[in-house]
Amino acid sequence: MTKREKQAIGQQILMAFRAAGAAEVAPDLLLPAETLLDLYGEDIRARAYVTQDPIRGEMMLRPDFTVPVVQMHMENGAEPARYCYLGEVFRKQDHGETPPEHPRDNEYLQAGFELFARDADADAEVFALFHGLLAPLHLQASMGDMDLLMDAVRALPLSGARRAALLHHIWRPKRFARLLERFSTSAPPRAFAEPANWTGLRSPAEMQARIARLQADAHEAPLAPIWADRLSRLFAVSAPAPEALRQLRDLAQEIPDITDAVDRLERNLAALTSRGIDVAAIHFDASHGRHTMEYYDGMTFSFTAPGRADWPPVATGGRYDALAAVLGQAQGRSIPAVGGIIRPGLVHELGGLNLGNAA
Amino acid sequence: MIRLGVPSKGRLMEQTFDWFAARGVRLSRAGSEREYAGRVEGAENVALVLLSAGEIPRELQAGRIHLGVTGTDLIREKLAGWRSHVQELAPMGFGHADLILAVPTCWSDCDNLDDFATIARDFRAEHGFRLRIATKYHRLVRAYLSDQEIADYQLVDSQGATEGTVANLTAEAIADITSSGETLRANHLKIIGDTPILCSQATLLRSIAAGDDAEVGAFAQQLGLTIS
Repeated sequence: MTKREKQAIGQQILMAFRAAGAAEVAPDLLLPAETLLDLYGEDIRARAYVTQDPIRGEMMLRPDFTVPVVQMHMENGAEPARYCYLGEVFRKQDHGETPPEHPRDNEYLQAGFELFARDADADAEVFALFHGLLAPLHLQASMGDMDLLMDAVRALPLSGARRAALLHHIWRPKRFARLLERFSTSAPPRAFAEPANWTGLRSPAEMQARIARLQADAHEAPLAPIWADRLSRLFAVSAPAPEALRQLRDLAQEIPDITDAVDRLERNLAALTSRGIDVAAIHFDASHGRHTMEYYDGMTFSFTAPGRADWPPVATGGRYDALAAVLGQAQGRSIPAVGGIIRPGLVHELGGLNLGNAA
Repeated sequence: MIRLGVPSKGRLMEQTFDWFAARGVRLSRAGSEREYAGRVEGAENVALVLLSAGEIPRELQAGRIHLGVTGTDLIREKLAGWRSHVQELAPMGFGHADLILAVPTCWSDCDNLDDFATIARDFRAEHGFRLRIATKYHRLVRAYLSDQEIADYQLVDSQGATEGTVANLTAEAIADITSSGETLRANHLKIIGDTPILCSQATLLRSIAAGDDAEVGAFAQQLGLTIS
C-alpha cells in the first residue's frame, strides 16, 4: 500500500468535508509540548515524539489535530465555524513487556472535521457527516454520552468536594470505583502527625486545607448503596440505540437529574433518523467515552471495522466543550465544539470509499 | 566463543565474580585494576567483557554479548518489549534494590496512592501546573502510575541526586531505586504505596539476538541452569 493511495483517499474525505462547509486548515507539524502536556498529562509523553529546540524549547511531533485547530479558531475564528484538515500524526508505541503481534503504524494520516457552534444540532450534524461518508464500508457505529454519566454523578446526594472528586476521575474507572466505595462506607476519622522538617513546594497551608477537608468529610453520611447500584446500572447500559434509550428512560425514573441528558439523546437520535440514518444499527454504550481521551465531555462516537478486533477504530470523535473552554481562556473565549477524525489508511485497507477520484 | 558481559566495577562486579566462582567458573580482571579486559578460567570458549551495568541491556538487545549480568530495573526500563530481546536465566541473589515512590515525610496526610492522587489534583489546582515527580525511570514509573490511574502529575528527568530535588523545589516527589532507605530518610522523604513499583536484583540474562544456542546452552548447563 503506497502513501500516495492513502493520501488520495484522504483527499476524497477532505473534499467531502469541504462540501459540508468546512474551511481547510493546515496546522504545524511541530507543536509546543507545554500545552499538550498540560492538557493530556504524562500519557501524551508516552505516546508523542518529543524533541528539543534550542530556542522554542520542548516540541512535539503533532500527536493530534484538535489542539492546534482549536487554538487557531480561538485566535481568529468567526462563529459558527467548520474546519477540516488532512495530515500525518505521530504516535509512539511503547510495548511494555511484550511487543504486539501486529504493531500499529507510528505515523499515519488523519482527515478531520471540527465544528464550533452553539447550535443544539451540532452533534447530529457531525455524526451524520461521518456516518454518510463511511457508509460504503459497513462499519459498526458506536455512540456514548459523557454528559449522561456526569449528570448522574452530579445528582448524587454528596458534598460538593466528594462530587468534584468523582467527576474529576470519571475517565479513570478504577479510581472512580475506589472513591465511590469509600464514599459509600463510613471510615473512622484519621489522625495526622504534626509535621517536622518541612520540605518541598507544597505548603503547610495546602496540607492543612486538605486535612480540614478530610475532617469535614469524616462527618459525611455514607452514600446509600442504592446510588452505587444505580450508577453501575447506568454505566452498564449497552444496547442498540433505541433499546438503550428505553433503558435510560427507565433509569431516569430513579435518577431524575439525567432526564435532560436523556431528552437530548432522544432529540439527537431523532435528528439522525430525519437525516435517513437507521439508529437501530447504532450501538449505544453509556461508558463509551470513558475509554477515550479525557477531553470528550458530551457525545462520543466511533466507527470500527467488524472482524478487525486488533485494529483501532476507523473513525472517532465527540464533543469537547471543556477542552475548548480551557484553550480559549487566553482569548477569553468559549464555544462548544464537536469533531472527529477518519484514518484514510484503514479506509484504504477496507477498499476505499468509491467516491470517484479526488480532484 | 560466548561473550559474557559483566559490570566493570564495584560491588556488583565482585558479587558477580563470586556467583560464578561458586559454580566453578573463575572470572577476573586481566592486568591492572584500571584495565577493562577479563579472564575466564574453568570454562571453554567463554570471553569476559567488562561493561558499564547501564550498557548491558543495550548490548544484549543488539546481540553483541550472549550473556549479561545487570539489574532487572535496567532491563525493564531500557528495553521496550524486553521479553522478545532477552531471557532471564537466573536471579543471582544480590544487588537487591526497590524502585519506589517517595514524598516529603512532612506530608502527614499522605499514606497511600489514594492520598497521592488527591494531593496531585489539589496541587495542580493550586499551582497551575502538574505535581512533579523526579526520576530517571521514566517508562517504568509512567506505566505504574497509569496502571494505578494517577493523573495530574508530570515526570521531570533526574539522572542523579534525585532525593535532593524536593528540597531544591524542582520536584514534589521522587521515584528512584533504594536499598536501605537511608538516603531517603536523610532527605526527609518517605515511601508510599504498599509494594514497590519494581523489586530489582542482579540477574543473568541471555541475548535472543546473539544466537549460538548450543554453546550458550552448554555453558548454562555447566552453571547448573537450564534454558527452556
